[in-house]
Amino acid sequence: MSEITPDLVRHLAGLARIDLTEDEVVRFTEQLSVIVDSVAKIANIIDAETPITSHPIPLANVFREDVVLPSLTQEQALSGAPDQAQGRFRVSAILDEE
Amino acid sequence: MAKANLMDYEKALELFEVVIGLEVHVELNTKTKMFCGCRNDFGDEPNTNVCPVCIGLPGSLPVVNRKAVESSIAIGLAIGCKIEANGGFSRKNYFYPDLAKNYQTSQFKDPIAYDGQLEVEVPSGNKFTVQIERAHMEEDAGKLTHIGGATGRIQGAEYSLVDYNRAGVPLVEIVTRPILGAGSEAPELAAAYVRSIREIVKALNVSEARMERGNVRCDANVSLRPKGQEKLGTRTETKNVNSLRSIERAVRYEIQRQAQILADGGSIIQETRHWHEDKGSTSSGRPKSDADDYRYFPEPDLVPVQPSIELIEKLRSELPENPAAKRKRLAGEWGFAEMEFRDVVNAGLMDFIEEAVAEGAKPQAARKWYSGEIARIANSEDKDVSEMNITPAQVAELARLVESGKINDRIAREVLSAVLAGEGNPDEIVTSRNLEVVSDDGALIAAIDEALAKQPDVLEKIREGKLQAAGAVIGAVMQAMKGQADAARVRELVLERANRA
Ligand SMILES: [Zn+2]
Repeated sequence: MSEITPDLVRHLAGLARIDLTEDEVVRFTEQLSVIVDSVAKIANIIDAETPITSHPIPLANVFREDVVLPSLTQEQALSGAPDQAQGRFRVSAILDEE
Repeated sequence: MAKANLMDYEKALELFEVVIGLEVHVELNTKTKMFCGCRNDFGDEPNTNVCPVCIGLPGSLPVVNRKAVESSIAIGLAIGCKIEANGGFSRKNYFYPDLAKNYQTSQFKDPIAYDGQLEVEVPSGNKFTVQIERAHMEEDAGKLTHIGGATGRIQGAEYSLVDYNRAGVPLVEIVTRPILGAGSEAPELAAAYVRSIREIVKALNVSEARMERGNVRCDANVSLRPKGQEKLGTRTETKNVNSLRSIERAVRYEIQRQAQILADGGSIIQETRHWHEDKGSTSSGRPKSDADDYRYFPEPDLVPVQPSIELIEKLRSELPENPAAKRKRLAGEWGFAEMEFRDVVNAGLMDFIEEAVAEGAKPQAARKWYSGEIARIANSEDKDVSEMNITPAQVAELARLVESGKINDRIAREVLSAVLAGEGNPDEIVTSRNLEVVSDDGALIAAIDEALAKQPDVLEKIREGKLQAAGAVIGAVMQAMKGQADAARVRELVLERANRA
């Protein structure tokens, strides 16, 4: 069985700023457990020699040169914003960093 | 907010040992951002240097800036670090609108550079070796402006406006190991360390290194432990310290504040604190909490960064001389008085003088021009010396013309003005304006005779020992020669004449 508990789901929901009902907490606990257990099976088929990788393709050092490419216009940049003012994205004040 | 009680600084140091740790963010001066081709520029219209990558639109893919990686490696090498052979990026997950992606692309387990050290000298002359744990690459965040509320700070703000021009700008974060043993000089050491980092990245030409623009930013960790105790105390992290002076003041303030709390039997809360330059104090930010659960995981959209030995050695061979070592070397070579040298360094004139000396100027002459007339004119035009229209080679030529006696100081100033006005090299200006000093004694003697005829009592006065009487004759001769005479030679001739008669 996985380590996913209802408390952990509530914690993750808090981090992700998602408001979950108790029913959802129960449902997601079950679903996440299945996912984590499925992924954990991989651990049983690899040996200690297998290098850890975050990437399926054996590729490294993919770079771009330091050359300016066109950016969006301010209008384009803000076109998907729910709210805007003075050429900037307008967001509700979040009491956090300061 | 109640004003914190501060313990007397000396008393705090008697009771406690100070431990500091410094995190310095260096914004690189690449032309483009870390993961996209948007301009890395300061002061543009908001949200005009943004693209799907740096505002996190679905389906966009980041690609690493090669120059940013090379600059990061150069920084790592300059602070004595080893370079990671197989590194990569991770996602640091957090929810705050300064980044639109809900994560910052950063490095976690495998920073590009690690295990370095830097020798830092504080104003007393004491030297400390600061151990560097790591230097990692990451992206900067956007700029938030809080609207509403009394102070423009987030408390009481109604909403915030976000400009993502800075989001995605390459940063290198340099993290020290805990620094012990600095004693009462911990605040000075913190400032001197940041100054060294700033000088190094400037010498490497990988950052504009302007603290007032946030190109170099410092977070200062401070903790105290009772003398003799092994375990490190609880630390606070002071953010928003954006000048060398503030760093020193903020560290000193935290030492005094924490000492008083501990002496009163209280305990330090591990938290972020904010430095207020105007009040000279720190205030409590948010405590470390669940919100710091960043759930780092490897960035699946980027492949590993594996710098070759060849690249690393090439960058190592291109490293400039360490700025502190260079200062020391030049101070020895130039032989300036300590005050003169310090003024030159503080005024940012060292590099100009170095170049002028390389062009053949005597160090003192180069110093005199740069910290005298050139600095004066720059100042009067509200410019920096670097913006003045004169090259170190031209300064060297000017100094040579004076030294050889071809022109005197007054004429040299005229030549300088002409150079600044774009009339050409000093040599050309002297010729085209016919400014060469008249050194033909015949012409001078004629002018002296004429002047003496008008002031017949001067020779008598000189013979009586009143040498200053010669001044009137010298003045008259210089006027007659339109300034193009060597005043010292005129004086010699006048005195000779008086002694002969
Ligand atoms: Zn972009």
